[in-house]
Amino acid sequence: MSPSTSPRPRRGNRVALVAGAVVLAGIGYLLFSGLDDNIVYFLTPTELLAKGTEGHDRPVRLGGLVQPNSVRWDADRRDLRFRVTDGAKVIDVHSTGAPPQMFRDGIGVVLEGRYHPNGVFESSTVMVKHSNEYQPPKDGEKPEQLYKTLMQGGAQ
Amino acid sequence: MTRLVGYSGILVALALSLVGAVAAFVAAARRGRTSPLARSAAYVNGALLLVANLAMVVALVTNDFSVSYVAQVGSRSTPLLFSIISLWGALEGSILFWAGVLTAYAAAVVFTSRRRDDATIGYATGVLHAVSLFFLILLVGPANPFGLVTPVPFDGPGPNPLLQNHVLMAVHPPLLYLGYVGMTVPFAYAMGALLSGKLDADWSRATRRWTVTAWGFLTAAIIAGMWWSYEVLGWGGYWAWDPVENASFMPWLTATAFIHSTMVEERRGMLKGWNVTLVISTFLLTILGTFLTRSGVLSSVHSFAGGSIGYYFLSFIAVVLVASLVILAGKSDALKSEGRLESAASRETAFLVNNLLFTVFTFTVLLGTLYPLVAEAIRGVKVSVGAPFFNQMTLPLCMALLFLLGVGPALPWRRTTPEELRRKLLAPGAALALALVVAFALGERDAYALAGFAFTGFALVGNLQEYLFGARARMRALGERAPTALVRAVAANRRRYGGYLSHVGVLVATAGIIASSADKSEHEATLRRGESMTIGRYTVRYDDTWGRKEPQRFVVGSAVTVLRAGAVIDSMAPRLNFYNMSSQPVTTPAVRTTAREDLYLILMAFEQDGSKVTIKAIVEPFVVWIWIGGLVVLLGVVVAVWPGGGRRPSALGARPGASRPQSAARTPQPETRIPELAR
Repeated sequence: MSPSTSPRPRRGNRVALVAGAVVLAGIGYLLFSGLDDNIVYFLTPTELLAKGTEGHDRPVRLGGLVQPNSVRWDADRRDLRFRVTDGAKVIDVHSTGAPPQMFRDGIGVVLEGRYHPNGVFESSTVMVKHSNEYQPPKDGEKPEQLYKTLMQGGAQ
Repeated sequence: MTRLVGYSGILVALALSLVGAVAAFVAAARRGRTSPLARSAAYVNGALLLVANLAMVVALVTNDFSVSYVAQVGSRSTPLLFSIISLWGALEGSILFWAGVLTAYAAAVVFTSRRRDDATIGYATGVLHAVSLFFLILLVGPANPFGLVTPVPFDGPGPNPLLQNHVLMAVHPPLLYLGYVGMTVPFAYAMGALLSGKLDADWSRATRRWTVTAWGFLTAAIIAGMWWSYEVLGWGGYWAWDPVENASFMPWLTATAFIHSTMVEERRGMLKGWNVTLVISTFLLTILGTFLTRSGVLSSVHSFAGGSIGYYFLSFIAVVLVASLVILAGKSDALKSEGRLESAASRETAFLVNNLLFTVFTFTVLLGTLYPLVAEAIRGVKVSVGAPFFNQMTLPLCMALLFLLGVGPALPWRRTTPEELRRKLLAPGAALALALVVAFALGERDAYALAGFAFTGFALVGNLQEYLFGARARMRALGERAPTALVRAVAANRRRYGGYLSHVGVLVATAGIIASSADKSEHEATLRRGESMTIGRYTVRYDDTWGRKEPQRFVVGSAVTVLRAGAVIDSMAPRLNFYNMSSQPVTTPAVRTTAREDLYLILMAFEQDGSKVTIKAIVEPFVVWIWIGGLVVLLGVVVAVWPGGGRRPSALGARPGASRPQSAARTPQPETRIPELAR
């Protein structure tokens, strides 16, 4: 339903109707073209690689597990490299910026970024995948253990 | 014990809302009156749900893990405050709280309309009972918080860590419910007016105050939510076009449109059907928002695993939608326009354009929010619609709205003359040019930011000068002194000047939003003890890392010293909190707020021996003005809806500047109709 103005002469009505239709069509076109440009697909490494060159250089959310023993983190240059896998395919990832505190081998991650033709996924955001369900901390992650190490480390 | 009290209260309330709805509809349809039974049922239900909510709070505080909800979110180590507020920390409790707020609103509606005995109020009471019935069905069915747990566990997991990390969790959700659920009242009035066929200006007048009140709560809730996000989520932002944010924003947009267009109906008898549509849409969007956030179809901080509850919400939306459309179509006669548009340059046109923009805005947000669901359902692909879409689409709309915000107050009803328009737009125009020049001189180059600052200055002066015009008219006509004239002008027409004040608040917040998003700078560095990094005017030096054990969590903080121009100005401590029941740490950024800018520090990572930390530093100008702007909006709402009518004869001798608006003197004027809900 649209704002209903008062009855007018016929011609005015028709003009208003056409103008309204044009405006609506314009808005609709803008909206959907805007959607087309800005949709971010959520893909696994297998799905991303299956897209071939079509998967290059467009915003993607890549989900998978951090491949064990693949993480290279240079804290001073804040340069992070690792591989992400879904069990079938593997993709090299590069990111600048510290990984999240819980980032480690084997953990599920969601990466926002673009897959470059050189075969490296340039990630702007690295998120550790967390479900809304509570996950009890695994061995080595328990707050008490962290606390002990921190205290032994001589911090304060 | 609390379990029994709470659950039996809900059962009785369920029966009463069913009886109340039937009785109210029958009385209204048969006799065109209200039903005393339905009225009493509303009071009793308000009391019963209050008791049920209190029972749950008692169960939470006393760690009664035999109650299913407590076993789900409670924990012996949770501090008292967070035990209490975990009432709304998960699905079942939040529905219980919703029902509590809804029945309280219903009781308030029945109370304020106690002297009215017509079909409109009768039907409205019935609608309120029917909506309550839906939420009570949820409470005995898929969202029963009072289930029995055997054997009784010794301890529970505690609330979601994110939801027990900041005191704003005690503020944002209740405000949101007051705003969200409050939109049920205008819906009930709209349905009542449609069903009784009495769609005169009366219904919108009665509805307006409820809508503005709920709108005020919703505005405050959205701002508090932004603040919470800023203080807790640790990304330096406050709005991400997250589905949940959108869910709260869409009803706000349609309610804002209604608050403006209802004035056209009141003044000119136009836009009746449109106004009813806006009220219905607002209500539907609150239910849709609840469906999105409570059914688990979208993932976010707010999504609680919901199970079958999604289907209940979808069915409810379908019922409300079909019923509203059928009733709306059946009563199209009552929706005929009485007035007509006389001139393009008039207040009416400004409101029409306002409504067009808000409608497009709502549709854009709705499309972007629902598209991922549609894409997954139809094409089987997982997509997300990111912030770029929303920014790209809504920024032009925001600019147009800002411009309109300045032009609107300058336009009189019906028609204007070029001279008058020139006189009223002179100062705002000068402010526009000034804001543009100043922003450019200060180094702003982004086109949207420049336009945004210019229009904000334009509209700010456009609204503020209205106070001047009002006061000056009184000074000339009545010879009052300036302060007296200002206070009396506002008191004589609180709705209008309260509205302008809310505009000012929106503009102050807008300036904060533009500056903080356009001119934000951030820097991330890994520092050893004693090393520092520079950002903006600040030098941030890392001193040490400490750990602290608290009952429910373990906190790691990094002590840093902040210097400016070589002098120590502050010490800050960004933290990470490790909750016992979650492997995911929750950050607590350290924020140093000044009127000019915020320095925002996030502890990204730390070596366990404290030798090195990675810290992200963000400098955001003007952030605090967003929160201040929110408070000003609220102040405007309070001025506009504070009880007390304009009917009293002008109270001579009342002191100007008295703190309570209604104690200020007022002189009856043509525009002074401050309608009462009850008459």
